Amino acid sequence: MGLLVLYPLARGVYYSFTDANQYNALNPLQPSTYKWVGLDNYTQILGSQEFRSVLGFTAAWTFVNVFFHFTIGLALALALNRTLRFRGWYRMLLLVPWAVPSFISAFAWRFMFNNPYGFLDQFLMKLGWDVPPAFLGDPTWAKVAVIMTNVWLGVPFMMVALLGGLQAIDSDLLDAASVDGANAWQRFWAVTMPALRPVAATVILLGLIWTFNMFNVIYLVTGGGPGTSTQILATSAYLNAFDFKLYGVATSYGVLILSILLVFSQFYRWSVRRMGEETWS
Amino acid sequence: MSSTGAAPELPLPAEAGVAAPARATRRRRKRGRPWHMSLLLHGSLVLATIIAIFPVFWIAISSFKSREEIQSSATLNVWPDTWLWSNYSNVVKANDYGFLRWFGNSILIALLTVVVGVFLSATAGYALSRYRFPGYRSALNSFLITQMFPAAILMVPIYQIITSLKLVDSNFGLLLALASTAVPFCVWMLKGYFDTIPISIEEAGKLDGLTPFGTFWRIVMPLSLPGLAVTCFYTFITAWNEVAFANIILLSPEKYTLPVGLRTYVFQFDQAWEKLTAGAIIVTIPAVLVFLFAQRYLVSGLTRGGVKG
Repeated sequence: MGLLVLYPLARGVYYSFTDANQYNALNPLQPSTYKWVGLDNYTQILGSQEFRSVLGFTAAWTFVNVFFHFTIGLALALALNRTLRFRGWYRMLLLVPWAVPSFISAFAWRFMFNNPYGFLDQFLMKLGWDVPPAFLGDPTWAKVAVIMTNVWLGVPFMMVALLGGLQAIDSDLLDAASVDGANAWQRFWAVTMPALRPVAATVILLGLIWTFNMFNVIYLVTGGGPGTSTQILATSAYLNAFDFKLYGVATSYGVLILSILLVFSQFYRWSVRRMGEETWS
Repeated sequence: MSSTGAAPELPLPAEAGVAAPARATRRRRKRGRPWHMSLLLHGSLVLATIIAIFPVFWIAISSFKSREEIQSSATLNVWPDTWLWSNYSNVVKANDYGFLRWFGNSILIALLTVVVGVFLSATAGYALSRYRFPGYRSALNSFLITQMFPAAILMVPIYQIITSLKLVDSNFGLLLALASTAVPFCVWMLKGYFDTIPISIEEAGKLDGLTPFGTFWRIVMPLSLPGLAVTCFYTFITAWNEVAFANIILLSPEKYTLPVGLRTYVFQFDQAWEKLTAGAIIVTIPAVLVFLFAQRYLVSGLTRGGVKG
């Protein structure tokens, strides 16, 4: 078991210090001749302009997505946590984005983003937008497009998880707060949110990690383009590995991704814990 | 490849969907809310629901349109000019490396990944569960770390193993890649379920003369059936949605899985959206039905594990 995970991991870290590429490695017909190059891959990546823009978009991608996943998910969970008519129907239909296979969702959105005969462009033209945006052809709009797709995709999971957390809150606490004269807004911030924090902290961290590594949406909706405008670190690594066949560079990307995530999650947990209470029990 | 699947496919380890009937009755006793609040509440929920189902609705509608209708401003018609079934028949029509073949490949690969991944992991998960470990916190950490493993590090080494075994362009190679990425996730999930089974039950079994493997096979496994089912389900979904490995390992069209195959419909100069939408609907309907049926068990299974109390 450990071997199954650790061997590829160790091997990957090793490759990141070599100049492995399609000519000198991973070719079954000839012996490998790649060699140790120390930190060359890392200095090359970290010094490149492209890396900085990819890193910037990765950060924006991750935080914007999780921000909307959480806020929309929480709003819907709060709405569904009341007694209301058709509650079961809403809940079921709102789960559809989670139920549809993710590659199908990616295709469906790509279809709607088509220029000029996709649904969105035609719809915007109908609303009076003369030259509708080329969602997949313009660097800025492409960023909007992939983020929209992924927000749509990720909300149901947050909604269900937070709804579970809300339903586990002892209603006596809320009643006590009302008796003490707290209005709805105060009850939300003073009772509901603190009680929800353990669940919220966990799902946000998971959401951040998943989004950071999300490959399918970017790869299937924009393919990282136009140019490299919607590449995130995970897709850049893939591009380097299997389009450019620069295995050494690609694994260096992988090591960078893992280090960023490790540092980030340590920092995240440290700050959550510092905010008070036992969150990881 | 759990880390490259869509985020929502992965389960939350705890705290989901605990029903609270007492709370519902308490709520119902409360006075009704003013009508404008009601309107706001239902209005926003209806809007959210429309957004949630629209893309699926739209590919469903478009799958009945002709290519000309899709590739023109008539694409905005909510009702197709004429309802065409030909997109579906074109997609399904027997072809050596067509849609049905990909469908079959996908199902086969996903099922085998489940078999290999889950059943290899069950023993390891059991060992980890019964072996005295520093506790829940470190288990959660190791889970988070496996989630962080970017495919990017593991992908090249796994690809290297597959090339050296000469398994490029074989479904078996893809199976190997998917199973090896599925195992850590499955082990973690199953360990969680095994943890919920009291050791006292096993000790009773031992007293009655069961071997260690016997206790595992005849007591622990049956008790964790719900957990096994959930793990199988998630593993299946992850394998079913996998694009990255499938894209590099499978080279000949007759071996493609669905995501790779459907991608060829539209990632080319001649975009065949009418075929893509029809194929997408065929794939989506069973998936959505199964998911909506299974989701309540998924959530409660995740919360409670195999044994009550």
